[in-house]
Amino acid sequence: MSTREIAGKVVEFDEEGFLANPNDWDKNIAAVLAEEIGITPLTPDHWKVIDFSRADFASTGEAPTLRRITKEAGVSTKELYQLFPKGPAKKVALVAGLGKPTGCI
Amino acid sequence: MSDNGERKLSIICSKGTLDMAYPGLVLANAALMEGIDVTMFFTFWGLEIVKRKSMDHLKATPLGNPAMGMPNIVGILPGVTAMASTMMKKEIEKLDFPPVSEFVEMIHDAGGKMYGCRMAMDMMKLEKEDLCDQIDDVIGAMEFMEMSDGAQIIFI
Repeated sequence: MSTREIAGKVVEFDEEGFLANPNDWDKNIAAVLAEEIGITPLTPDHWKVIDFSRADFASTGEAPTLRRITKEAGVSTKELYQLFPKGPAKKVALVAGLGKPTGCI
Repeated sequence: MSDNGERKLSIICSKGTLDMAYPGLVLANAALMEGIDVTMFFTFWGLEIVKRKSMDHLKATPLGNPAMGMPNIVGILPGVTAMASTMMKKEIEKLDFPPVSEFVEMIHDAGGKMYGCRMAMDMMKLEKEDLCDQIDDVIGAMEFMEMSDGAQIIFI
């Protein structure tokens, strides 16, 4: 666990670099985290995925799998890999302030 | 590692049963989700996974497969293979894994490269048109080896 200041807030991160507490998240943090992994600026399409992931996490208690995102958020697999290249599962979870993904799909 | 330091994975799929198709597909997809470059090579019975006519009709049989936990002789009975296959498909669906054709499409859309084995295609008298659209090309083993330079290779 480590804490750092990000977007004006002091926030805790886990050993893998994901937000320790999803409730600490806000949109500014998302933008900073995205920029740190080379995704900037966050377009409306990025936000579509991020907002869906957070809403899904809130209602199911689990971060959605990539397949769930493509089925429910109206973003195709191709688009997802274009928006969050090379490893979208982790990138979406990181930027959306959710824990490290554990699903296989 | 490839030249630019990116991790590469090559998966050879040589089996055509339901229980042997999914491991390759799941591993390929997981690697892609991790940002690893994936190449899949379908040879011998692995071609069933990417052949239009068979890909969504793969079977799993207890016959000769003691790991399935039933007396082998039960596998001979008519209908047992079909039943085992249907049951396995249902369980796979419950976990939200897609059917083979959709899974292959997902892997393709995620950037995975997929190739048919020339030798096996010739042996089984198949043409590229018999394979699904997501197959990038039909290549020989040496070309596959070239592509897999620096890659970790899994044989299924």
